[in-house]
Amino acid sequence: MSTESNYYVPEQSRLPIMAATGMGVMAYGAGSWVQGSSAMVFLAGVLIMVFTLYTWFSTVIKENMAGMNSDQLKRSYVWGMSWFIFSEVMFFACFFGALWYVRVLVLPWLGGEGGFASNTLLWEGFEPAWPLMTTPDMVANGEAAQFKGPDQNMSFPGWDKLFSWLPLWNTVVLMTSSVTVHMAHTALKNHNRTKFNAWLGLTVLLGAIFLVLQVEEYIHAYQHMGLTLESGIYGTTFFMLTGFHGAHVTMGTIMLLIQFLRGLKGHFTHDDAFGFEAASWYWHFVDVVWVGLFIFVYVLA
Amino acid sequence: MAHGPAKGIGRWLFTTNHKDIGTMYLWFSFAMFLLGGFFAMVIRAELFQPGMQIIRPEFFNQMTTMHGLVMVFGAIMPAFVGLANWLIPMMIGAPDMALPRMNNLSFWILPFAFALLASTLFMEGGAPNFGWTFYAPLSTTYAPSTVNYFIFGVHIMGASSIMGSINIIATVLNMRAPGMTLMKMPMFVWTWLITAFLLIAVMPVLAGAVTMMLMDINFGTSFFDAAGGGDPVLFQHVFWFFGHPEVYIIILPAFGVISHIIPTFSRKPLFGYSSMVYATASIAFLSFIVWAHHMFMVGMPIGGELYFMYATMLIAVPTAAKVFNWVSTMFRGSLTYETPMLFAIAFVILFTIGGFTGLMLAIAPSDVQYHDSYFVVAHFHYVMVAGAVFSGTAAVYYWLPKWCGRMYNETMGKVQFWISFIGFNITFFPQHFLGLAGMPRRYADYALQFSDWNMISSIGAFIYGASQLLFMFNVIRTIKAGTPVSEPKTWEGAEGLEWTVATPAPYHTFSTPPEVK
Ligand code: HEM
Ligand SMILES: [Cu+2]
Repeated sequence: MSTESNYYVPEQSRLPIMAATGMGVMAYGAGSWVQGSSAMVFLAGVLIMVFTLYTWFSTVIKENMAGMNSDQLKRSYVWGMSWFIFSEVMFFACFFGALWYVRVLVLPWLGGEGGFASNTLLWEGFEPAWPLMTTPDMVANGEAAQFKGPDQNMSFPGWDKLFSWLPLWNTVVLMTSSVTVHMAHTALKNHNRTKFNAWLGLTVLLGAIFLVLQVEEYIHAYQHMGLTLESGIYGTTFFMLTGFHGAHVTMGTIMLLIQFLRGLKGHFTHDDAFGFEAASWYWHFVDVVWVGLFIFVYVLA
Repeated sequence: MAHGPAKGIGRWLFTTNHKDIGTMYLWFSFAMFLLGGFFAMVIRAELFQPGMQIIRPEFFNQMTTMHGLVMVFGAIMPAFVGLANWLIPMMIGAPDMALPRMNNLSFWILPFAFALLASTLFMEGGAPNFGWTFYAPLSTTYAPSTVNYFIFGVHIMGASSIMGSINIIATVLNMRAPGMTLMKMPMFVWTWLITAFLLIAVMPVLAGAVTMMLMDINFGTSFFDAAGGGDPVLFQHVFWFFGHPEVYIIILPAFGVISHIIPTFSRKPLFGYSSMVYATASIAFLSFIVWAHHMFMVGMPIGGELYFMYATMLIAVPTAAKVFNWVSTMFRGSLTYETPMLFAIAFVILFTIGGFTGLMLAIAPSDVQYHDSYFVVAHFHYVMVAGAVFSGTAAVYYWLPKWCGRMYNETMGKVQFWISFIGFNITFFPQHFLGLAGMPRRYADYALQFSDWNMISSIGAFIYGASQLLFMFNVIRTIKAGTPVSEPKTWEGAEGLEWTVATPAPYHTFSTPPEVK
């Protein structure tokens, strides 16, 4: 990398083409994997990606530590991260939108509202409800149905069972982690490294606890509640929304963990901590998504 | 930083230079244009006469699908990203894009994505055959198994678009030369800034749509299956929430290009610059709230039909403001008709025709007649070919001398323009008649009364296709052996920072920021 005046132009780099190759291999590998071939090609792609990203981020960090990054470039990184998060917001908006459309419009229509004939012709006797325990398929085909609703759902179980309701604890854990990551930031700004490391470590731990609880919930759903991806639109939306959120929590936890390890190595100063800040914005974002999930997937059901 | 390009293939593989990356985007896009064009020729050859002559109906479906996908995602979008790469840094006085390495990644994803897509043609089950809009359940329950490659191809292509857009936003907001306020930015930069916002907002939704397909196909979910409580129409909503902004993603940068070319050859500043900016922004905003005008015929409550009808018509207002401004720019200007200007004027006329047919389609009760007929095909080719492609062609002629320091052959350019213009109209104008007479789109065969216009349309398509080879010849000849030019300003009426640097533009421009007054 070289700089001239106040502008920045990096030297040639092998990283982009490696990343593109990794993504290409992953795409091909995923396509053949879901069709029943082995997962090896996909995993090879993942390996290329992990290696590339590791190298890429190390390079960027080294450049920054060597003082090569101008204020302008730092602003570009901030813009980059913000708009990346916005794109993630839209990705979730898509699935929340689908949930809304199904609950508010599709199910009542399937039940005959608005005078559409679909109900009488195809799903005679279907009653719309949310959570949808009895699918149209079950109404029409009984035991032969391909899409069978769940035996139980994840909705609010009533005040008496409040404290044994897992989603509540998940909410508590994630909300707390949003506070702790903020405390870490404050500590860093106040030049207090010990506190920074402690709060950040605690955040990573909370993220991990959330994930464990989530896995626990999924196992319970599959084994004891008859609630799977295949149990009609309720199972579909439940697992897709919470699943993508969980994937993002995993990403966020890994990002924070890396920042934690960097903190231990003495990276970051009170006014130069983009890696940490970016990870913490991402973390706040997954928290906000969780609030949406808690309300629309668990409570208002 | 004063050094020039690296030697050999490494220059292109490892580059971080916006001009190199722009060049790669443009050539890639042209290659895809030829591939998509080849598919179109197959389609028109089959439709030359009624009955089945050359290909089987199943393959016909693959051709229409691949044609649409390759043209939209492989030809038009990368063409304008290529222009953005070449031009935005030069127009705002920046040395390069804000995030140059990510820039190269955005490009190199595309060859992988499209190789994956194209390779499905040779796989068992054949290429995707469900139309470029890939409606469920055609694309889920009834899809060939290669749909999975299509899905993951769309995923990485979307990642490329999102990264490209992030880069453009960071560049425009962060790297402008001192003194270049937002309201002094060239129109092309403005239109791309707004397009980038659109892309970041809707590409994730497209990713969501294909992810839902993937889950329905392979993992037993029921997003698009009413038996499980889902709805195939949900797919159409999600798709068009992406799809309608997508058509503006395609046309807004084209608007930007035209807003440069018309003032240059009218030797007058752009009429109503700020209204152009506001019109672009309002078109972008409105594009988010009109998507279901593609769905008037699938079944929607009457309130929905009315709302989407009126909202769609609203878009015509800012669009008309733009057309008005282009015409007013030409009004009493000292016009000359070099090739870029010819394409720009044709753009204004033909795009307006496409806008008017759009208005006709927007009238829900009339759309009952037009929907899924050749009338729609005519509409969107007027806006996408005579709109986006003509504008891209104009841009290449207009900036090519700046890029390579050589002048294209003007006579050949004009000849190419007239062949394109005539070929295009012979191809697509009759499709209006076919559609109004009731010929449905996406069929490999048709009733006898449609024969004449179909034959004429096919002849036009071959003419238009041939004119693109002439275009390619002219461009390559210019790069290899065009008359050298060296004045910073190729066109006497041209304004803007890109015309202040040397010709051909040095490998690195603006290592110190210019002062903009
Ligand atoms: C005044 C502006 C416009 C209006 C009012 C308008 C309206 C419409 C309507 C109502 C349809 C649906 C017709 C049907 O399926 O029955 C349609 C289709 C379409 N429009 Fe436009 N449009 C406009 C401009 C554009 C522009 C600028 C583009 C692209 C550059 C575009 C591209 C398309 C495409 C690709 C389709 C067909 C999609 C498909 O079904 O394959 N339109 N337009
Ligand atoms: Cu539309």
